[in-house]
Amino acid sequence: MTTIEKPTYTIIGTRPIRPDGVEKVTGKAQYGADIRLPGMIFGRVLRSPHAHARIRSIDTSAAESFPGVLAVLTHADFPVAADRVEELGETAVNLKELSENILAAGKALYRGHAIAAVAAANPHVAEEALKLIKVDYELLPPVTDVRDAMREDAPLLNENRYTKELGGAKSDKPSNIASHVQFQSGDIAAAFADADHVVEREFTTKMVHQGYIEPQNSTASWNSDGTLVIWTSTQGAFSVRAQLSEILKMPVARIKVVPMEIGGGFGGKLPIYLDPVAALLSKKSGHPVKVVMNRTEVFEGTGPTSGTYIKLKAAEKGGKLTAIEATLAYEAGAYPGSSVGAGAMCMLSPYNIENFKIDGYDVVVNKPKTAAYRAPGAPASAFATESVLDELAKAAKIDPLQFRLQNSAHEGTRMVTGVPFPRIGHEEVVEAALNSAHYRSPIEGPYRGRGVASGFWFNAGMQSSVVVSVNTDGTVNLTEGSTDIGGTRASLAMQLGETLGIPYDTIKPTVVDTDSIGHNDVTGGSRTTFASGMAVYEAGMDVQREMLKRASKLLNAPETDLVYEHGGVHVVSDPAKKMSFKEIAAQSARTGGPINGKGSVLARGAGAAYGTHIVDVEVDPDTGKVTILRYTAVQDVGTAIHPAYVEGQIQGGAVQGIGWALNEEYYYDDTGRMANSSFLDYRMPTTLDVPLIDTILVEVPNPGHPYGVRGVGEVPIVPPLAAVANAIADATGHRFTDLPISPRRVVEELHGLG
Amino acid sequence: MRRSQVQARINGADIDFLCEPRQSLLEVLRDELGLTGTKEGCANGNCGACSVMLNGRIVNSCCVLGVEAEGAEVTTIEGVAHGDQLHPLQQAFLEEAALQCGICTPGFIIGAKALLDREPNADEQRIRHWLAGNLCRCTGYDKIIRAVLRAEEHMQEATKA
Ligand code: FES
Ligand code: FES
Repeated sequence: MTTIEKPTYTIIGTRPIRPDGVEKVTGKAQYGADIRLPGMIFGRVLRSPHAHARIRSIDTSAAESFPGVLAVLTHADFPVAADRVEELGETAVNLKELSENILAAGKALYRGHAIAAVAAANPHVAEEALKLIKVDYELLPPVTDVRDAMREDAPLLNENRYTKELGGAKSDKPSNIASHVQFQSGDIAAAFADADHVVEREFTTKMVHQGYIEPQNSTASWNSDGTLVIWTSTQGAFSVRAQLSEILKMPVARIKVVPMEIGGGFGGKLPIYLDPVAALLSKKSGHPVKVVMNRTEVFEGTGPTSGTYIKLKAAEKGGKLTAIEATLAYEAGAYPGSSVGAGAMCMLSPYNIENFKIDGYDVVVNKPKTAAYRAPGAPASAFATESVLDELAKAAKIDPLQFRLQNSAHEGTRMVTGVPFPRIGHEEVVEAALNSAHYRSPIEGPYRGRGVASGFWFNAGMQSSVVVSVNTDGTVNLTEGSTDIGGTRASLAMQLGETLGIPYDTIKPTVVDTDSIGHNDVTGGSRTTFASGMAVYEAGMDVQREMLKRASKLLNAPETDLVYEHGGVHVVSDPAKKMSFKEIAAQSARTGGPINGKGSVLARGAGAAYGTHIVDVEVDPDTGKVTILRYTAVQDVGTAIHPAYVEGQIQGGAVQGIGWALNEEYYYDDTGRMANSSFLDYRMPTTLDVPLIDTILVEVPNPGHPYGVRGVGEVPIVPPLAAVANAIADATGHRFTDLPISPRRVVEELHGLG
Repeated sequence: MRRSQVQARINGADIDFLCEPRQSLLEVLRDELGLTGTKEGCANGNCGACSVMLNGRIVNSCCVLGVEAEGAEVTTIEGVAHGDQLHPLQQAFLEEAALQCGICTPGFIIGAKALLDREPNADEQRIRHWLAGNLCRCTGYDKIIRAVLRAEEHMQEATKA
């Protein structure tokens, strides 16, 4: 581990067992689908078999009278939704489109689009009743590829959609291009004219899914007093509550969302799908209703990330990256809102480039509405940038990491938005990669090669609330509202332990429902350990202040002569006079009542994350199989609160990226049907597809956080796509520009077929 | 639909239950018996989240019918620890941080236990082969493999002691 200017901590940097661990290894932890309520019935959703169709009518009468059916629902049961955009963690949604995505109104825009729902006492009966719902569809031609959708003569998903052009202008004709963004600076024409080398390439990536193992689920109880309780697996209970309030037109305080344990999300569990359906089925039937998706529904009916087309031209002169010109077109799915803006903003962030012009297009297609997926938008654009950079380095005869280092962004470099970076760690990361045992080792043998690539992600701050309650025995309850998706109970309890100087195992963190704590934004944007950690620090400082007050009474000394240190208070002028945290806690009832601390933050100063990955591959030219021989991920993690979970984030992200590079894709037939909507056919990496993933944690503390925390969860998925492609280019001499680099593609391109 | 009566030994206890012929063992465990530690990731045999031991064999419980459990011995994740005493695999998963979201964990522990019961010295490659039917999307498998190797050490120390 490379450590830079790191203070000494007692708890931060250790690897304690997570507080929720035992429940999870013994099968006791309650995930969303595990809930069971008295009188509970089961909902199922009818989905469009067509990629694009007008819904002429829906006849639910036969389903309604089917024995055992207790409620049937269509979009007509929803209140009319406002045509307004809401921020939803990492993505913004239009509420009308959100409500039409939950149950289709007027048109089915993709195969898998929810049309109606049924609730019955038995899930199999609900499933049977779905078949009795008669939907009269008028089939329309589908368009599933981003470039096809951009053509003037493409079938339109929405006849009333016009392109939002730069500066707020609108296109004259309706279009599937929902919006156009642009970033530019300098003089690219001059830089290209003056370059030593110019490389121009076109890249495509396919729609891929987050692939969380737990399907979406929601259980609702509409109570007779008009309140609603929802139990669900979500990255943001407060966001679910806000969206439900809008869609159901209910006051926020009448809705309680109980966040259950969550089986993965990666951005995919930010949007809501089932919650309003379960809620209204419960209202109609008078029973609590549980709805759980099956795997095909997860693939076809929830938000994956965009398929993309990227054209990129880059120039180099004397070893310096001088110009980039790029066009990005991202599939938004059925409704606008792809991550093309983020893709455009991230693609140059590791570097210092004076001249650039980037155009981005957000394009609707007849596929599921995309959702965030780990560093949304960045992996595809980094695939393009980092592939071309590799070619430029080669043309300039410079080591690819050295080339990245000498063109690296650093403190003060401007992002494409014009905002200068604060202290960032890309240079440190590339240096650590250059010095790594992996990079210094030889790579030999036929069809073997090594690739590297860098990646960037902003990381988010946003709002968090926590409450710290000190018990009279010196133990502490930490009440928080951020979904724990991979160890944040531990990382937050550790920060509280550090702040108060008390042992980790005296702190019990609990993630509570929306009635029981103030607002918390979503667990997304790699923000929880950073921003909720800041709230924890504030709450801890609040407790410290209160402890000083109490100690002043107990030690008979003025507060100005007291200091809180090492888990207790002592008198500065007479250090022998002191009391421990536990002793002060024990006296709280006699010194002013319970000791509570509160932390409430709008966290600014999220520190950007950088990663550089090194991968060795072997390509079998006959079968097309690409074997990952060795993989090392280097990342600036700010401060690793719990290094094991930091490494885990990096390893998991890297392997998702490997899957994206080599295998995963939504495979569509001509009718717009996804042909591989099962885990077997979608083919995510298994234990056999990857080696151990080495990590190198570089710690460049984030000046915007009391413990230097940077978000760590997202950036590790950014470099692998290009790192793998670069390694394959090194191994074969052939540059692959279309993902996935599946065995079939390898064989076809290496043998000049296809 | 008519429900059949089934008798099975589940986690060491004799249990009678009623189930429809169309219900999978996974549904029975989760919905009828409240043993929700066994998870559903796909319901068609592709993810291993629903792994249980059936008569000493590891199966995907989503691909077995509830009625097939008649007279059988079933072990689920709830039956792996002895009271408060965690199985070495469970302990190793905690120590190695081998779970992030944890939804795949019961399946991995059941799967790995089936391997270690037979082959207490399985090496990394053997473990990878054995667990290839269990999907984890969070960890990249690194810490899971390390946890299984560490559990082997724990178990060997325990037998020596
Ligand atoms: S749920 Fe049985 S294998 Fe996935
Ligand atoms: S820990 Fe989340 S799927 Fe394995």
